[in-house]
Amino acid sequence: MMNSLTQIQALLPILPEIVLASGAMLLLMVGVSIPWSERSSAIVNSWCIAMLVLVAGILLWLPAGRYELFGGSFVLDDYARFLKLLTLIGSAGALTLSLDYLQVEKQQKFEYGPLFLLATLGMMLLISAADLIALYLGLELMSLALYVVAASDRDSVRSTEAGLKYFVLGALSSGMLLYGASLIYGFTGTISFVGIAKATAQGANIGLVFGLVFLFVGFCFKISAVPFHMWTPDVYEGAPTPVTAFFAAAPKVAGIAIFVRATVAAFPGIIHEWQQIVVFVSIASMVLGAFAAIGQRNIKRLMAYSSIGHMGYALVGLAAGTPEGVQGVLVYMSIYVAMTLGTFAVILSMRRDGKLVETIADLAGLSRTHPTMAFFLAMLLFSLAGIPPLAGFFAKFYVFLAAIKAGLFVLAVIGVLTSVVGAYYYLTIVKIMYFDEPVKSFQNMPGLLRVVLCIAGLINILFFVYPAPLLVAATAAAKSLF
Amino acid sequence: MNWPILSVVTFLPLLGALFISLVRGNDELAKGTARWVAMWTTLVTFAISLVMVARFDPTSPEFQFVEKHPWLGIASYHMGVDGISLPFVILTSGLMPICILASWTSIQKRVKEYMIAFLVLETLMVGTFSALDLVLFYLFFEGGLIPMFLIIGVWGGPRRVYASFKFFLYTLLGSVLMLLAIMAMYWDAGTTDIVTLLRHGFPLGLQKWAWLAFFASFAVKMPMWPVHTWLPDAHVEAPTAGSVILAAILLKMGGYGFLRFSLPMFPSASHDFAPLIFTLSVVAIIYTSLVALMQEDVKKLIAYSSVAHMGFVTMGIFAATTQGVAGGIFQMISHGIVSGALFLCVGVVYDRMHTREIAFYGGLVNRMPLYAAVFMVFTLANIGLPGTSGFVGEFLSLIGTFKTNNAVATLATIGVILSAAYALWLYRKMIFGNLKPALAGIKDIGWRESLIFAPLVALTILLGVAPKSVLDMSAASVAQLLDNYQHAIAAAKTAALMVQ
Repeated sequence: MMNSLTQIQALLPILPEIVLASGAMLLLMVGVSIPWSERSSAIVNSWCIAMLVLVAGILLWLPAGRYELFGGSFVLDDYARFLKLLTLIGSAGALTLSLDYLQVEKQQKFEYGPLFLLATLGMMLLISAADLIALYLGLELMSLALYVVAASDRDSVRSTEAGLKYFVLGALSSGMLLYGASLIYGFTGTISFVGIAKATAQGANIGLVFGLVFLFVGFCFKISAVPFHMWTPDVYEGAPTPVTAFFAAAPKVAGIAIFVRATVAAFPGIIHEWQQIVVFVSIASMVLGAFAAIGQRNIKRLMAYSSIGHMGYALVGLAAGTPEGVQGVLVYMSIYVAMTLGTFAVILSMRRDGKLVETIADLAGLSRTHPTMAFFLAMLLFSLAGIPPLAGFFAKFYVFLAAIKAGLFVLAVIGVLTSVVGAYYYLTIVKIMYFDEPVKSFQNMPGLLRVVLCIAGLINILFFVYPAPLLVAATAAAKSLF
Repeated sequence: MNWPILSVVTFLPLLGALFISLVRGNDELAKGTARWVAMWTTLVTFAISLVMVARFDPTSPEFQFVEKHPWLGIASYHMGVDGISLPFVILTSGLMPICILASWTSIQKRVKEYMIAFLVLETLMVGTFSALDLVLFYLFFEGGLIPMFLIIGVWGGPRRVYASFKFFLYTLLGSVLMLLAIMAMYWDAGTTDIVTLLRHGFPLGLQKWAWLAFFASFAVKMPMWPVHTWLPDAHVEAPTAGSVILAAILLKMGGYGFLRFSLPMFPSASHDFAPLIFTLSVVAIIYTSLVALMQEDVKKLIAYSSVAHMGFVTMGIFAATTQGVAGGIFQMISHGIVSGALFLCVGVVYDRMHTREIAFYGGLVNRMPLYAAVFMVFTLANIGLPGTSGFVGEFLSLIGTFKTNNAVATLATIGVILSAAYALWLYRKMIFGNLKPALAGIKDIGWRESLIFAPLVALTILLGVAPKSVLDMSAASVAQLLDNYQHAIAAAKTAALMVQ
């Protein structure tokens, strides 16, 4: 009896995941068993948000410290706590953005919310993964759920195409990642990050580096970093808009989380091998994100390129490979999630005559027709461009600060220069909203979207007033990784 | 009494902006409220900044009214002014009410947003001059881009989009490199606190790179030839008050930056790069003066003359003599008043005739005698006639430069002649000659406009005959700055000799 009790207690660190998994299945069963109606589906989906909030609460309630489970393949440390919370916020935010959309577009499906939950579960497992098997399991759970939600608008060619494209390319990248993982296992004889770190402490042979590269391919695909970004604009454009918001926020956090953990925890000995890869990917993403976005007319495609660029900036912190760098990545991702959710709240409000419009030109004169919405969007865009005193500036500040310390001057210079190029297309949107003559006004913004936009906007504007909590948490989280 | 006077001066305008943003409606009443709130906010801010002057101890070279609170972990909220920054704070807070008054009737659309943008801009400008932490400084310095971008873009002329983008991207491009330099300085010195950094000796290699990065930012902001091309565009398209702020204050941030950072923090690099600055300054003075001679647009002419006048400032600062630096500071203050006033003069006729083409005007003295007199004062000050504030600054910076490099000073003097040429030419074309038929019905300046010009005319002449007030305020700080500079140069020379 005593024994089983302690065993259950030992499972405490994974309680959030257990609750989330049971909750997702429970809600799925509820959805199947009750008679289908718009209303019941809406209720299931709203309960999913409550579930995410509950899990976040449990996560915060768990005692502090570092825990390892299942022979070290699952670890809960400050790093995991920080990023899980962020993922939950991203998922809950995206799901909140979805509710109104599903209702207006007559897309209510009870599977929608539970799929979000399952994807989030995958992300949480991914964030805590401390060996290659756990990593792969988490990644696949996340990805499979994401493929389905991308195609959740079954009758739309665009949406199904997006889902299929994402699935085919995603499967390919998973295969590469798996191949890389097997190579790494073959050359080190272990799958745990700690073991790999020990095996590579004295440098690595070429086979292991090969495995590392394949592993990175998988990561880069998931966070849509160049040169594995090709799917992003198409999937972002094709998927239903709230799903795009979800894609832009939560999976990116989880992807970056495992990228950083795997690299820092498993390959600290061969930093010179992977640093150059990360530097290249980072530069390529920043440059492509900045230049390719200029020509975009569709705001979802623009956000796709923008997110590619932002992943490049986040990777600047990883390239440094130091606690400061990881702290920078964490700060970056937190602010990025806030900016993304806020921006998508506006994109989802671009509704004219009952239909969502998606071109940037549709925003013309928004400052006249919807001054508050325009103001917040403008601030978010300036923040995405990294203009002080908005939050986006601090995000960039910390990653570049780490890069400078690590002596990556070329990376830093290219990074800030691309941020100037990037500023151009964000400014173009501000220009359209503020300088151009208004076109037909949008419908009134739904209440929930308003709430999300206001919160995200205020976080962005007022971050500089009291930045300490996020910075302190990020520092602690980054330290727990080293 | 120990209240944070500097923070109040900095953030009071922001409070006013918040208040205006709460005003509902778009009718005349809301517009009037916005105007009056902005007016009173800026006036009160100005009054408090005058209290600061009264309490300021000009004999001390140290920072005063210092406030320090933990903020970012690596950076702190550290504010304070010394004799170099205080004049700029006063200039900013003093010009703001004038700008609001100048926009009273000429801005009719989106008045609320306009006033908010100006008040936010004031906060950021005052903050730039009083920040004692590099990150905080950068925050204010760059943050100013957003309101100015909107001011040019929303209330500007026909090519406002082009001008606002050019302004924003040029300045941003210059500044991001400075940000990287700030980071490098942080890792070298372990702090971004300006007071500490002023005493920190940076290694030579870092000094050079950081100097260049800061130079990229300040040279664009100043603007120095050849990165000045955004200025004429921005000036021409900006609304009158926007031009005034741009010319009078935003440009001074560059000069202030050179004085606050480049010269004291990177003395060796400043010494080594001084020939570069001298060359660019002389080119700016002569070349842009010649370009000014060819302009057909009044605002463009004044914009180019601004670039030329800023050439004297950079030249004087990097001459690194007491007269040169004091002259540079004085020239900036004087140019702030004079060029601001000149843009206001242009605004007066533009509000009436809606064109800035020089050829359109002529014989204004027949219909606008008072305006002609006011315009003359500022034209002469712009030329640098003794007895006006313009003379003191140019004269001091020329003397200061002559001590270090007489060839440069001699060449720069040509610019003084050229400035007389274009300014007088402009004055003759617009004010004298036969009255153009289209101008028959033009009215002279009214009481509101007189109210705008009266303090500026008084200051121009007052500073011209009694420049001591400003010079004394900054004397102690300038002396300390140069003392440190000379010591650092001497130490670097000794070190170089030791190596040999």
